[in-house]
Amino acid sequence: MRLKLVPSETKIDFFNRWRLWLGISAVMILVSLASFGLQGLNFGIDFIGGTTIRTESTTDIDVAVYREAIAPLELGDVSITEVFDPNFADDQHVAQLRIQTQEGAEAAASTMIADVTAALQAVDPALTVQAVESVGPEVSGELIWTATLAVVLAIAAVLVYIWMRFEWQFALGAVAALVHDVVLTIGVFSELQIRFDLAIIAALLTIVGYSLNDTVVVFDRVRENLRKYKKREFKEVLNLSINETLSRTVMTSVTTLLALFSLYFLGGDVIRGFVFAMIWGVVVGTYSSIFVASTVLLWLGVTRDWSKKEDPAGTQFGNIDA
Amino acid sequence: MLQISGTNRLGIIAAVLIGLALALPNLFYSRVEQHNDAIAMIESSGETPELIEQKGLWPDWLPSGLVNLGLDLRGGAHLLAEVEVEQVYADRMDAFWPELRDALREERETIGTIRRTDTNDGTLRIRISNADQMARAMEIARGFANPVVSLTGIGHNDIEVSASGDTLIVGLSDAEKLATDDRTVQQSLEIIRRRVDEVGTREPTIQRQGTNRIIIQVPGIGSAQELKDLIGTTAKLTFHPVVNRTSDPQANPGARNILASSADPQDAGIYYILEQTPTVTGEDLADAQPSVDQNGLPAVSFRFNPSGARKFGTYTTENVGALFAIKLDEEVISAATIREPITGGSGIISGNFSTQSASELSVLLRAGALPAEMNFLQERTIGPELGQDSIDAGTIACIVAFAAVLIFMALSYGLFGIFANVALIINVGLIFGLLSLIGATLTLPGIAGIVLTIGMAVDANVLVFERIREELKTAKGPSRAISLGYEKALSAIVDANITTFITAVILFALGSGPVRGFAITLGLGIITSVFTAIFVTRLLVITWFDARRPKTIEV
Repeated sequence: MRLKLVPSETKIDFFNRWRLWLGISAVMILVSLASFGLQGLNFGIDFIGGTTIRTESTTDIDVAVYREAIAPLELGDVSITEVFDPNFADDQHVAQLRIQTQEGAEAAASTMIADVTAALQAVDPALTVQAVESVGPEVSGELIWTATLAVVLAIAAVLVYIWMRFEWQFALGAVAALVHDVVLTIGVFSELQIRFDLAIIAALLTIVGYSLNDTVVVFDRVRENLRKYKKREFKEVLNLSINETLSRTVMTSVTTLLALFSLYFLGGDVIRGFVFAMIWGVVVGTYSSIFVASTVLLWLGVTRDWSKKEDPAGTQFGNIDA
Repeated sequence: MLQISGTNRLGIIAAVLIGLALALPNLFYSRVEQHNDAIAMIESSGETPELIEQKGLWPDWLPSGLVNLGLDLRGGAHLLAEVEVEQVYADRMDAFWPELRDALREERETIGTIRRTDTNDGTLRIRISNADQMARAMEIARGFANPVVSLTGIGHNDIEVSASGDTLIVGLSDAEKLATDDRTVQQSLEIIRRRVDEVGTREPTIQRQGTNRIIIQVPGIGSAQELKDLIGTTAKLTFHPVVNRTSDPQANPGARNILASSADPQDAGIYYILEQTPTVTGEDLADAQPSVDQNGLPAVSFRFNPSGARKFGTYTTENVGALFAIKLDEEVISAATIREPITGGSGIISGNFSTQSASELSVLLRAGALPAEMNFLQERTIGPELGQDSIDAGTIACIVAFAAVLIFMALSYGLFGIFANVALIINVGLIFGLLSLIGATLTLPGIAGIVLTIGMAVDANVLVFERIREELKTAKGPSRAISLGYEKALSAIVDANITTFITAVILFALGSGPVRGFAITLGLGIITSVFTAIFVTRLLVITWFDARRPKTIEV
């Protein structure tokens, strides 16, 4: 007896309601952009500079007391949050302080960190500092730039690769799906105000890779079926290809999500934001490779006189061993 | 096509065994670590029975490469420092000044009197009284120009001479500045390495980044502040003749003199007016050790190299009874009257030291002064407890993810799922083997990369299995279905993984620190997962098929 998430044969019409799906995507993109435009991202110190201090104590944390304790230091914008994690012991109370870049200080005014620690220890002698991170304004500016460059380069590289291996319509379809995924991920981070730091950029790029993985598998089948069923309508071929690969799409998404969820719940709070981005990305990426990439491809259409050109440049891997 | 040739079989098995052997030491992490440390110790300081026993904890013939644990897992400090390379320009000009001055004075007849004016842009500005003879002055200055010694600077001179009104301006040329910058950063790197090594922490990473930045990572150090204290001090030791003492911090020191405060709290409010050009500098030091002065207080004893000893000897002989000061960076740490000529080339600095500060200063003096100041752009401290928590959480998450995926695959694909599971276990082994081989550093995001790989690694197998299922539907024999399944899934596997690999490469190229760690494990994971899916699982499937020859198969 096999566990089957998808029946062995499916005949779902994925383009039946394409207006609805594209509509949903369009609305979500608009919401994301609006959210990004209106409240912006909750940038971590990687991008805006400043200092974070992670403290741990055996006694309960009262954020207001902490705030009061460091108020005399006049550090400007300070955010203090208590961190909760199911893995923490009962007497493990963790707080995270984020302090804006201090006037005239290149990285961290080292005395500032010592002052904050002393002030906090005055109100809670059991408190210890677990981690400190400081980023100067000069570096943070560069980090934003390289991060943006990384995402743009990744998308461009992928566009070129798929163009070479398939046709330009496929490349555009795949990139539309990628942009869709990246925008929605940024949107969810801005809407929920989850801290957006350098690791999230890594997550974004992984999402790009993952979503692409899915899209390419579907497209590979489309390419194959276009050769196999020369007479059938393009829409039908697309539908068939998605149905044929559906089982695989779901299987891989489930195994990846299994791994990600265990990381989300058990991997500790330090990387939770990062893992959240990936979980969201896998879900959105799976959706977009079926509904966005394929619909865009359907719109654009393809040139189908492949019978004439048995061009090995585009099919070199397809013919291996055959 | 259901055949894999004997040599290919051997190749696959050998690759897997080598990979797993490379990964093996990581299962016995602390044991192998002790073994490796013992070997390093024996090499540097000889054998002791204890060290030989530690060395014996792990057999020599087995691989002993370990995956390095990153700072976020082990705890430690990270600094990104920028070397203020421009500071060196002014130093170079100061050193050049006496030579140029003497040359210009010889031509006093034509160019008249000369006077150096103060600047802060790293150039020499000299006013001459006969401004109409500027051409001659420039010619003299140009006579000192040397060709730049660097690959890119060929054909350029090291100094640039220009004039504005009655002022002669001498500065470093752009080509020489570039060459100087490079030397300054190299020198800083070397000195930081020496200082960190003096303290004896294990496996520090000290790397140059870009043109003028240095990354310093020291595992196990308590805080970034400690590290900054160690490498942030320039530790420029200079010996100056004292012109005067004053209590006015705004006092005008006069031409070619400088005002320096006293570091001794007993002398609070005392300022020394010193000659700007030092008699001897720390560069002439041969050694420095912590010691005690005649009053039994902590002090630092030093010894000059021959040239330093000569300069110091001559000066003290000529200036018995005069006051001279020892300046460290911007502060006078000690000032004393020269009672008798000091010709032995060694001496003692007694200032307001504690035992610890005396030993710190001697470390800094032994390692040498940094050529320029450093500006810290980024710093990170991770406590060892947080690191341990992260390792624990990462390990648990890995095991659970692993178990979940194994069970899910077995339920979905039965026997074939088990084959995929064996391949998956080998896959994770191979990732660790490769990480150990290239001496990569495992960070927390790196662990996330491995967990993600566990989830995605089955993808290639899933593609093949799904394809075999489809081929079985069209009622071909099982052998044909298996071989077609592998054949037809190949292009999808290759395309899908190359695209993901492209993003991993971009992440690696543009990312820094933790992001890189993630990119490495992700990239290696893609390579090993394609290898295990295409070769290992296929070998398992074919071996099983050949042994059983089933009439029907269920995937």
